[in-house]
Amino acid sequence: MSEAQDFKYIGQRTIRPDGHDKVTGRANYAADLTLPGMIWGKILRSPHAHAVINSIDTSKAEEDPEVFAVMTHADIPNQTASGVQNILAKDKVFYHGHAVAAVAAVTESAAERALGLIEVDYKILKPVMSIDEAISNDSPLLHDDLFTKGMAEDPAVPSNISSRNELSKGDLEVGFAEAEVIVEREFRTATVHQGYIEPHACTVRYDEDGQSMIWCSTQGHFAVRATTASMLGIEQTNLNVIASEIGGGFGGKLPIYLEPVALVLSKKSGRPIKMQMDRNEVFMASGPGSATRNWVKIGAKKDGTITAMKAKLCYEAGWAPGSSPLGPACMTVFTPYDVDHQYVEGYEVVVNKARCAAYRAPGAPQSEYACEMVINELADELGIDPIDLRLKNVAKEGTQTMYGPKLKAVGLVECLEAAKSSEQYKTALKDNQGRGVASGFWFNVGGESSVVINMNEDGTGTIVEGSPDIGGSRASMQMMAAEELQMPVEAFSAIIGDTQNLPYSNPTGGSRTTFATGMAVVEAAADVVSQLKERAAATWNVVPEHVDWKNGAAINTKGEGVLTAAEICGSAAKTGGHISGRGNISARGASPSFAVHLADIEVDPDTGKTTVLRYTAIQDAGKAIHPSYVEGQYQGGSAQGIGWALNEEYVYNEDGRLENPGFLDYRIPLASDLPMIDTIIVEVPNSFHPFGVRGIGETGIIPPLAACGTAVSKAIGIRMSELPMSPPKILKAIHDAS
Amino acid sequence: MAKTHVTTTINGDLKEFLCEPGDTLLQVLRDELGLTGTKEGCGSGDCGACSVLINDRLVCSCLVLGVETNGDVIETVEGIGDSDKLHVIQEKFLEHAALQCGICTPGLVVSTKALLEENPNPTEEEARYYLAGNLCRCTGYDKIIKAVLDAAETMRESA
Ligand code: FES
Ligand code: FES
Repeated sequence: MSEAQDFKYIGQRTIRPDGHDKVTGRANYAADLTLPGMIWGKILRSPHAHAVINSIDTSKAEEDPEVFAVMTHADIPNQTASGVQNILAKDKVFYHGHAVAAVAAVTESAAERALGLIEVDYKILKPVMSIDEAISNDSPLLHDDLFTKGMAEDPAVPSNISSRNELSKGDLEVGFAEAEVIVEREFRTATVHQGYIEPHACTVRYDEDGQSMIWCSTQGHFAVRATTASMLGIEQTNLNVIASEIGGGFGGKLPIYLEPVALVLSKKSGRPIKMQMDRNEVFMASGPGSATRNWVKIGAKKDGTITAMKAKLCYEAGWAPGSSPLGPACMTVFTPYDVDHQYVEGYEVVVNKARCAAYRAPGAPQSEYACEMVINELADELGIDPIDLRLKNVAKEGTQTMYGPKLKAVGLVECLEAAKSSEQYKTALKDNQGRGVASGFWFNVGGESSVVINMNEDGTGTIVEGSPDIGGSRASMQMMAAEELQMPVEAFSAIIGDTQNLPYSNPTGGSRTTFATGMAVVEAAADVVSQLKERAAATWNVVPEHVDWKNGAAINTKGEGVLTAAEICGSAAKTGGHISGRGNISARGASPSFAVHLADIEVDPDTGKTTVLRYTAIQDAGKAIHPSYVEGQYQGGSAQGIGWALNEEYVYNEDGRLENPGFLDYRIPLASDLPMIDTIIVEVPNSFHPFGVRGIGETGIIPPLAACGTAVSKAIGIRMSELPMSPPKILKAIHDAS
Repeated sequence: MAKTHVTTTINGDLKEFLCEPGDTLLQVLRDELGLTGTKEGCGSGDCGACSVLINDRLVCSCLVLGVETNGDVIETVEGIGDSDKLHVIQEKFLEHAALQCGICTPGLVVSTKALLEENPNPTEEEARYYLAGNLCRCTGYDKIIKAVLDAAETMRESA
């Protein structure tokens, strides 16, 4: 489909089916399950950022009467499973907070106390805490067997640079030779955290003879099963993972931290185990998004035609090579621009920080921040409106990307035009106020989704999907099933199946759920429709081709007769058995979503304090299934991006210890920090989805960095480059300039 | 360790429990009494997910000890609204799509109730500052504030 369609249910603002439980406190999240006989597990974490583990003595803890089990790395059955050294450190700790040992005890406080009985002998090493340190010649090495991947020639000596990437199109020399104005600048961004409010937690029960179970908060319970089963050396069929309600993830609940430990403790103790991270453990040992150092150079003709774009990106991986989002960072950096000559090279370095995890549009916010800041500076140099400069060079259908495909129909032009005619863009600013505009691009992914729709005897249906619902996606599934079956939304409930109820589904991530799982729902619903038509045909003694499906009922086109879903399902036992529809797909055609944001910020020149006065987020949704939750994604992404731009950062001391592992000092935006966030939903349909959907969850975190960065720079009349642009940094810039 | 016997009224019911001196009210509610609607986001008074009312006063239950609550009247999210009908605040949160993951929602529902009892007609700014102790990472607060102001208006009209 490519033309706008008429919809009966899609596009409405229905009440989400899981909403009642969530406003009454009935919904069960990761830490809410208690099992009979359950005891508590806790993890001992390294106080050092970089150290060799000489020995671990657990004997005192094991003798404690309240302790049921103690474990270290040596107790993980499969020592070669991927990621196993982050679960519990083997012979070296690589960051402050690295898990070293675990205990299970009768209560949480007993477990906490017992951690103090474990004696670990460390040989402390000098930590490597920044990109600059990591790549300097006299830097200590984290891994003496790490040789940079992706170099033209294999390096002879190990280093802290784990990989190099390169992408290009056209010829930079030609491009820069055509340029009349060139702007280049380097930018830095700090280590940040996804900041979900629900800490990681799980409740597990190991069963020697039957099926073990894990209840946990995760973006992908099938991935939890695969990883945990592999670490424990058990068959997947003997492990059932139940996805609890999830209290935010943003990429940070893709990795696995507690589950294998809890299951081993359960096996050792013979008891169900609950584990939950404290907030400081969440900050220390989960999450973070890469700190970066990115340099961008862009050349243009005086009329605003951009002729060449070049970038050099450097991303921290944390301690584990391959954990940064360097690949997508390189792929996304220049995609909003249809420019013939583009080049990017990227480096990933390892540092003594927690292993990086995906964070909403992983890699893109930092690299696109650098590009968008330079574009805005270029607009100033050229004396061209920043939206007009973008429109002049805009990526559109047919634009060749650096990373491979040509773009299909996308909505960036429409977003830019909507920004230009928005209320906010027309309002005048006062002294000490600045405005920033920035674009954002994210690919979105498709992937594997499994869905079953079970039709009940009264004609209602239960949608069983494999994608944890983090932001209201059950409502969209209901609406898409309703649209396909032409039955009211209320005729469907939507639940997240356990790993034993459905085949594999990819995690909720990559903005894929409403797109890919939505496609699976539509396929399952179509399967239901065709079975309902067959049953009606058999009842009427006609061929199924002579049956139509309209308004939730079968119609005999060769005679008289209407049979509703309720009538067909009610007599299904007599016509061949009960009905369920299936949609097990590997979805392709997830089309990109572009966004444009506007930020107006006032800076108090005496304190450096910033106030976001007004904010507008504009983004292409393809088709908004449930507009309220689409707006919600735009607003939530904006808020996270604003936090990233203005306040959020990990602060380490000189020993590499994280000094602000709490919400008091790692300050995410509060209600009092933000204005209303206006939204404009642009809809340029994605022809690969039956209803035109594009993923929309991630793009919204990208533009705020440069929109806010530019607004602050304009408000104080000084070009800022380092994030976060927190009050002390702004104040220093003002003082340095005067 | 010797446990202390505590008697409270929670959501209108008389509740007795035993707790250790160090147990927070949050731990008692969740682990002893099975009232898991009250959430833990930080355990240090910074996120508001654990908000409850004690004698009509809004507090973070992670900062109150169980033993301190003897004789107190406590209201948690489970006590808001009737069993067959949601409270206006809850209805407005749903109507405005003021929750995404929903982990902050119980705390916000409780805090909003306290806000509107103190100030039935808050401005947007008053609502934002009153609710500044309730972190939400998903929504950007826009729809939450709209739900709160709409609930306030509806409650004023029916008062
Ligand atoms: S859990 Fe009490 S304020 Fe966060
Ligand atoms: S809805 Fe997720 S934290 Fe508020």
